[in-house]
Amino acid sequence: MGRRKIPEINAGSMADIAFLLLIFFLVTTTMNQDRILTAKLPPWLPDNANVDIIIKEKNIFKILVSKDDVLLVENERMNIKDLRQAAINFLDNGGGTGENSCSYCKGKKDPKSSDNPAVKAVMSLKNDRGTSNKMYMSIQNELIAAYNFLRNRSSLEKYDLDWATLEEEYKDASPGPKKAALKKKIKAIKALWPKKISESVNK
Amino acid sequence: MGKFKKKKGGELPAISTASLPDIVFMLLFFFMTTTVMRDSSALVKNELAFSDQATKIKDKNLYEYLMIGAPTDKKYGTNPKIQLNDVFGSVDEVRGFVRESLVSKSDVDKPKVTFGFKADMDATMGIISDVKDELRKENALKIAYYTRTGELSMNK
Repeated sequence: MGRRKIPEINAGSMADIAFLLLIFFLVTTTMNQDRILTAKLPPWLPDNANVDIIIKEKNIFKILVSKDDVLLVENERMNIKDLRQAAINFLDNGGGTGENSCSYCKGKKDPKSSDNPAVKAVMSLKNDRGTSNKMYMSIQNELIAAYNFLRNRSSLEKYDLDWATLEEEYKDASPGPKKAALKKKIKAIKALWPKKISESVNK
Repeated sequence: MGKFKKKKGGELPAISTASLPDIVFMLLFFFMTTTVMRDSSALVKNELAFSDQATKIKDKNLYEYLMIGAPTDKKYGTNPKIQLNDVFGSVDEVRGFVRESLVSKSDVDKPKVTFGFKADMDATMGIISDVKDELRKENALKIAYYTRTGELSMNK
């Protein structure tokens, strides 16, 4: 009987299909990109090294979290929702005079609060051993948010650029004069609002 | 003898295998891209806290992390434990972990390496503080807290 020969399937386009699929999967599989909050630790000093750094009370933004996750800011209870604004107010105060005056601060210039964010103002975050990680992270997040807000303000004023876009552009830029220029800008903004958060444990 | 000649003419043509390498490569690439993210399985509960200010990691190579949380297997107790790579580690072993992680890095990268905490949101800060002290002793001062994107109100 005349059984028909099946014609050979043209495999020429198979590679194209394979690549199409490959590209499809490459695009759609979102690698869960890790997100982080960065911090810096102070160097370890041996116990006998007695280094006393004297900082005026008014230049320290005291944050204390108890083991029950109760938040105390400057010895007063505070809701976590209000922390960001309180931190901004503290940093932006600019109460210093003379060489400590802060030209870019827009705060109340309260002489009882911080002098200058670039040189004087420090955040002190003290936690208990029993403090929960989620509370601690929330506080960290709010403090970083305060810095980001102020950096963003200065960045918009100086370079007419969002702080976030500035950092993003810097990260994505390939090494070269453009990257160097961006780095200079970032450094300038960071110098205005240096992140000074001291983390310690209540012993 | 004629038995074997019977089927002649009625065979199917051989299926072309020209595209087989493509398919294999496609699968290979697919698995390559998807298996990178899990380099060790979690022995501890690892629900990260939420934050809305966290930034993306650019160069994964410059980040080393350790996990902290209550063991998923109840037989190891319910207190938060440290997981270094694939095994439970004590606080004393953190320094060794730091040195070991730095060995594989180039000299240019060494000062840039950041040590991160993938800490469960219900873990307490005591153990995290202990680890921080160990990192300070090892002069690994750049640290990071891994978080998930989300509103703070989700940290319940």
